[in-house]
Amino acid sequence: MTTPDNSDLFTNPMVEISEMHFAFSERPIFAGLKMAIPRGKVTVIMGPSGCGKSTLLGFIGGRLRPNKGQVFFDGERVPQKSGPPLFTMRRKMGMLFQSSALLTDLSVYENVAFPLREQTDLPEAIIRILVAMKLEMVGLRGARDLMPSELSGGMARRVALARAIVLDPEMIMYDEPFVGLDPISMGVIMKLIRELNDALGLTSIVVTHDVAEGCSIADYVYLLGEGQVAGHGTPEEMLNSEDERVRQFMNGLPDGPVGYHYPADPYLRDISTIE
Amino acid sequence: MMDWIARIGGSGLRYLGRLGQSVLFMFQMLSGAFRCLPRFSLVIQQLYAVGVLTMLIILVSGLFVGMVLGLQGYYQLVNFSAESSLGLVVALFLVRELGPVLSALLFAGRAGSALTAEIGLMKATEQLSAMEMMAVDPMQRVIGPRFVAGLIALPILAAMMSAIGVIGGYLIGYGLFGVDAGVYWSSMQAGVDLVDDVLNGVIKSIVFGFIVTWVALFEGYDALPTSEGVSRATTRTVVTSSLAILGSDFILTALMFGGL
Repeated sequence: MTTPDNSDLFTNPMVEISEMHFAFSERPIFAGLKMAIPRGKVTVIMGPSGCGKSTLLGFIGGRLRPNKGQVFFDGERVPQKSGPPLFTMRRKMGMLFQSSALLTDLSVYENVAFPLREQTDLPEAIIRILVAMKLEMVGLRGARDLMPSELSGGMARRVALARAIVLDPEMIMYDEPFVGLDPISMGVIMKLIRELNDALGLTSIVVTHDVAEGCSIADYVYLLGEGQVAGHGTPEEMLNSEDERVRQFMNGLPDGPVGYHYPADPYLRDISTIE
Repeated sequence: MMDWIARIGGSGLRYLGRLGQSVLFMFQMLSGAFRCLPRFSLVIQQLYAVGVLTMLIILVSGLFVGMVLGLQGYYQLVNFSAESSLGLVVALFLVRELGPVLSALLFAGRAGSALTAEIGLMKATEQLSAMEMMAVDPMQRVIGPRFVAGLIALPILAAMMSAIGVIGGYLIGYGLFGVDAGVYWSSMQAGVDLVDDVLNGVIKSIVFGFIVTWVALFEGYDALPTSEGVSRATTRTVVTSSLAILGSDFILTALMFGGL
């Protein structure tokens, strides 16, 4: 797919993935994946369930290593790093997990303060101000003293978001941020992703399979399929794409290049062999 | 037939693979334990969770075990008119064997299973991955303090169990059967050796503390991140660490007291 108007997006990208191959035991997940994440934009990565969208974030964060190929973050090779250099690099990234991943034995305040306490020697007064600022951004300053078990799914995700931005990262990754939320919470998270990206000058990567929500916040969209990029472009380009695979996913068609039937023996032979 | 052999080979390989993983995990755990020591408050929090919360079951069981030892010991000793040795018999049983072994078994059931479930759930809810992404090493922040706490807590719990067991034996011997109180305590004082008996018991419970917390933390860290995986891991912790306690107790006893 050619996207001539977007070429300026990709000078000096935040993340670059080149010819990446990866397999879970025998099952191939990525076969020569190539991708670039533009700086300062919201990039949405879509694809069917189980295509490796969330796994991809593991490679960018250095939690997984590819079998072949390279991953660059801000010009640095991610898979070659381990130990302290890897941790230093991760301080420039925030990540919002699907399950929010709040530490269950700590209050909202302590959860947001956790990265500050672990990574800095700031006095308590400063930590208090920073936590209040980040919680105010996500609208939960009043929930400071609650425990994670007392939060709704949407609130937990907002607290996790405040925690992810408390060290002022350059990039933030969202793993399925819309799953399991009611429409109001979903709207809040969408607004936050957009606003934080623009107000803090972040680079955002959103992994989702919700086409409507994804397209409405995206500056750029990647569609994954069969271990590679099946299509990419601005949301408008993707929605108007002529490509069969892109059209099937964007419009949610039950049959197409991704077949309705799981591979099987011919149907007639199967039902005519009753003896 | 070939299928059957292949399956045995397959499960053997899987078992060896896990064994290797657990040893690798042990080295990471030890390194995490050293690195967490400067922040000792983390260890103290865990000491409360694995130590203080296990204390009640240890004390109650210890009292009953000591009372049973008092009863059984008296019935046998009185046949030989040797009831004056009751204190010695109770104390040696407890300090050498029952204190370290029973407290370790109870510790595996109470604290070990709780550790596995806690770590497994932290993994299932992505808390460990989240820590890694926040540039915090879970080995140092989560695993290390729990390991050090287990290593400190179990010897103390074993000592408590032995102490309260001796009191339980005294309650039965002196209170029920009228064994002379002075004889009960002085036979113990004369017959229990600080190095041969007490120190060897302490060494045993340090070894058991290492084994139980290692198994519990490994099973939790290695659990499948689902509710089913965590419940299986919890069961495996109790089974594996109980077997390991009894097996290593035999080896340690043979080395310490068998003159091998």
